[in-house]
Amino acid sequence: MGGPSTSQKSAVSRRRFLANVARAAGGVGALSLVVGLFARQAQSLPAQALRPPGAGSESDFLAACVRCGLCVRDCPYPTLGLADVGEDVAVGTPYFVARRAPCEMCDDIPCVKACPTGALDPSLTNIDDADMGLAVLVDEETCLNFQGLRCDVCYRVCPAIDQAITLEMLHNPRTGKHALFIPTVHSDKCTGCGKCERSCVLETAAIRVFPRHLAKGRIGAHYRLGWVEKEQKGESLIPGIVDLPDRLPGSFGGGLK
Amino acid sequence: MSAETYPGQDAVKSKGWLAAHKWLLIRRGVQLSVLALFLAGPLLDVWIVKGNLTSSLILGVVPLSDPFIVLQSLLAGHLAATTALIGAAIVLSAYVLVGGRSYCAFVCPMNIITDASRWLAKRLDLPKGWQPVRETRLWILASVLVTASITGVMAWELLNPVTILHRALVYGVGYVWTVALAIFLFDLVVSRRGWCGRLCPMGAFYGLVGTVSLTRISAQNRTACNDCMDCFAVCPEPHVITPALRGVNTNVGPVILSGDCTNCARCIDVCAKDVFVFDLRFHNDAPKGERRDESMQISTDRHAA
Repeated sequence: MGGPSTSQKSAVSRRRFLANVARAAGGVGALSLVVGLFARQAQSLPAQALRPPGAGSESDFLAACVRCGLCVRDCPYPTLGLADVGEDVAVGTPYFVARRAPCEMCDDIPCVKACPTGALDPSLTNIDDADMGLAVLVDEETCLNFQGLRCDVCYRVCPAIDQAITLEMLHNPRTGKHALFIPTVHSDKCTGCGKCERSCVLETAAIRVFPRHLAKGRIGAHYRLGWVEKEQKGESLIPGIVDLPDRLPGSFGGGLK
Repeated sequence: MSAETYPGQDAVKSKGWLAAHKWLLIRRGVQLSVLALFLAGPLLDVWIVKGNLTSSLILGVVPLSDPFIVLQSLLAGHLAATTALIGAAIVLSAYVLVGGRSYCAFVCPMNIITDASRWLAKRLDLPKGWQPVRETRLWILASVLVTASITGVMAWELLNPVTILHRALVYGVGYVWTVALAIFLFDLVVSRRGWCGRLCPMGAFYGLVGTVSLTRISAQNRTACNDCMDCFAVCPEPHVITPALRGVNTNVGPVILSGDCTNCARCIDVCAKDVFVFDLRFHNDAPKGERRDESMQISTDRHAA
């Protein structure tokens, strides 16, 4: 029969080899793209889903969490659960919904201790330093305190009462003679535990906890607040500036100090 | 089952039903025990094992982690804490000892589903369907690792039906059963043994571990083989048998060295001639006097041709 020569044979096998490699590389590329796109989509955490204490940014968390559920097992409250297939939260990852069951802020932080991978940062040893999210009083139109009533429940249940939530007294223009006690969240103290949202007496909570990146604005880096600068320096930034008299509303033309 | 012949029939006759199903029973026993250990906590409040197959804690002391998952995490840019690294090292060492894909045969919860699917496909006499090349799973493994490093998240774990299934079993979450059903139907009508045998990157990973692992099946008594082909019929990865079993003439040792072998030991069960035994990978010299058995060599040649 006289088969093809060795060089022909090796040329054919080389061609086949290269074709196979190209096919495999193409397959790997295509599959990686599909999985990668899926992963991108899955990284968008819904606003009401909060991560356990010690979790970093969502992309860091999804690189670190192996979805073993040990944090869920060691959570002494029905707070933490694992995301099911078809939920908006990445499948198998732990989260909680404040309105259902908030974080009870255990002093010994058992969920963080249980985490084998460090997805929940073990350097978090004081639960007051946790940053699960930030409470925002989203609806002034329904918040009872904004109506001049003394509900105060969110303020009362806050584990960091008078620090994370304070009541700021304002004049009540409706009655003209009473005060409004406005629940005011302070982002440097709020841990995002969600107890305020859980206990809001309204049918739908007026105060809610969001992941911090959703809850917080950011001032432009070039902004300088004159009074802050002045306080830092201890004196006016521009020496010798003349402080002109302020004109107050209702004051007459010559309302000088 | 029926009057017609089935693989292992001779073994049942010569060894008895129990001996001819010994490893199958042991394997199912181990699979169910592993599951029972994980379920004893949530169901009976007996916490011998806490967590799931991706990471767990035994008796509150010994950490175990799946090295395949920890590797993904590492490539995604997170250096896991010591606990998970120790856990992964323990698990990896264990599979180096007992055989890489022993995970597939003895531990993985998906095995029960794909075995059931295979059994039903054979009963219904369904066609084998799509059979991509075996290397496909290696390429999928490559994709999984590439995707983890590029996206910076464990992308595969959003889809991995194996970990999703086990988590569903242990944590009792709802819709995840759809994943089990999907794999069952895929294996049944699209590609027989397609998931475990062709696609699963976890199996591919443990297959790579298997290329160096210690415990292997050996066709030690291969000269006694009477070419009944029952081992090929029951083997989930039949290509691994040939070099070892037919190696008498090609001067290949009797140990099944391919990482694809799952050490399920079903071949040991169904062999009426007791050709196969568990052995160490180093005992790979052809037994003395093997070549003298001329009659067997002839019969081997007939089928190997």
